[in-house]
Amino acid sequence: MAIRQLTVFVQNRKGTVVSVTDILAKNNINIRALSIAETEDFGILRLIVDNETAATKILEENGYLIKIINVVGVKIGDKPGALTAALNVLDKANINVEYLYAFMARTEKHAYVVLRVEDNDAVESALENAGLHLITNEDICKL
Amino acid sequence: MSQNYYQKEIETMPLEEMRKLQSEKLIRQVKHVYENVPYYRNLMDEKGVKPEDINGIEDLHKLPFLTKADLRDAYPYGLLAKPLDECVRIQSTSGTTGRRVVAFYTQHDVDLWEDCCARAITAVGGTKKDVCQVAYGYGLFTGGPGLNGGSHKVGCLTLPMSSGNTERQIQFMTDLNATILCCTPSYAAYIGETLKEQGYKPEDIPLKAGIFGAEPWTEEMRRGIEKTLGIKAYDIYGLTETSGPGVAFECEEQTGMHVNEDHFYAEIIDPETGEVLPEGSKGELVFTSLDKEAFPLLRYRTRDICVLSRKKCSCGRTLIKMAKPMGRTDDMLIIRGVNVFPSQIETVLLNEGYEPNYQIIVDRVKNNDTFDVNVEMTSDKFTDKVSEIIAMEKSLAGAMKTMLGINPTVHLVAPKSIARSEGKAVRVIDKRKLI
Ligand SMILES: [Zn+2]
Repeated sequence: MAIRQLTVFVQNRKGTVVSVTDILAKNNINIRALSIAETEDFGILRLIVDNETAATKILEENGYLIKIINVVGVKIGDKPGALTAALNVLDKANINVEYLYAFMARTEKHAYVVLRVEDNDAVESALENAGLHLITNEDICKL
Repeated sequence: MSQNYYQKEIETMPLEEMRKLQSEKLIRQVKHVYENVPYYRNLMDEKGVKPEDINGIEDLHKLPFLTKADLRDAYPYGLLAKPLDECVRIQSTSGTTGRRVVAFYTQHDVDLWEDCCARAITAVGGTKKDVCQVAYGYGLFTGGPGLNGGSHKVGCLTLPMSSGNTERQIQFMTDLNATILCCTPSYAAYIGETLKEQGYKPEDIPLKAGIFGAEPWTEEMRRGIEKTLGIKAYDIYGLTETSGPGVAFECEEQTGMHVNEDHFYAEIIDPETGEVLPEGSKGELVFTSLDKEAFPLLRYRTRDICVLSRKKCSCGRTLIKMAKPMGRTDDMLIIRGVNVFPSQIETVLLNEGYEPNYQIIVDRVKNNDTFDVNVEMTSDKFTDKVSEIIAMEKSLAGAMKTMLGINPTVHLVAPKSIARSEGKAVRVIDKRKLI
């Protein structure tokens, strides 16, 4: 059920993010969601793309360090309080979220949240039990 | 206790006797040099030291040092202490930096050098029953001739292969059952890899031991060579200025090299002040040739940074031991008053599971030295969690602090992002020198 997230190690230097997105664009790989975590030294790009196998190959060929990480994707309503409600579910289940990022769909009245946690299965069942819908890479690509 | 001695009386001589022997030899040697080498006589006169001031090995510190620069100035005959017609051999350095060193040998000098190599071969278990493959270069380079001579003295069947032509090396090794291999560690590793590619398993290879030197190598490399060749790999030390390989050699304990101190007296000095440091201190290695005739260097500064130890060795030898040199004085950085060698950083990285791809950046901000180390992230270590990467940086800095005594700031950087010049990574950027 998990979403395969592409994780890229980059230098925290001007232009490094653009060079990654540029390589993906030139190879017709579409970025559906993106988040960046950075320190003074380095940045970690987290991407959900429409073809992570091709993206990994092409980025590795360009010398980037890549890791595919399984994360959980969940659909929430595009309205105030929807994210809080979803996070409360995890809080009640005593689940610690390492990081998260959200994105919107163009057409639907929904937002999507990507969650990085230790135990994907536990999170998935907690969310499903609370009536939330999980999403996959395929779902994201169709948006 | 080992029985693998070539000259047991010397190799296991009690310290008191050894000092007596060294003292007698030094007194004679200083006279010989003072009378026959005007270049060194001038240095002694400038320092106000006469041969009669040297009454034993404890007076050695009174003598002036010789450096690589002196060898350059005195090139080619300025340090020669015997008439040329009594010399039988010349050996030379590769001369990659500056002018090459040319060293002269009388027959006596060749003999004592070959004895030193014979001690090394015997210490790794070599006897007349062995087949010794010498794959060091022959010619001006001391590696081939030194081990070749030592192998003859032990009585091994000697294969004078010289370096290169790996196919032929392997053919002779396997057809003639070579049991001891002498070459540079990188060539040993290469021969090992080639044998492996050809389908040889360690147990199919006749070798039992290897004597590898003439370039720096790590414990990691030693384990790799031992595994692929199915042998014990031993270190050997020497330099053309003192004679060649065999100045110091490893015994079965593999914890440092016994110095042939009946011929070459070792001191450790502070490279800044020239002061002699007590046993166990880290500093620059200095050698005095006690009985070479033609090219007897007194207090020659090797620029190798090293530690000496008289700790009792399980092999029974009483000869002082030197650790594998941990760097060159040329590479030494003084950061916040502490001596730092790039090789120490490298050791930490290998211990912690990183590749040795790093860069040290030293700067001075408001009269304080800054000390940063960039280390390339590896695919094994990479994680998507920022907190874990920061923890890795901190833990690496901690390991470096333990090794060096001062705290660097470690930055994990992208693979291949460290500037390389002609294929070699630039290890040190010292911005203080630009001010
Ligand atoms: Zn020993």
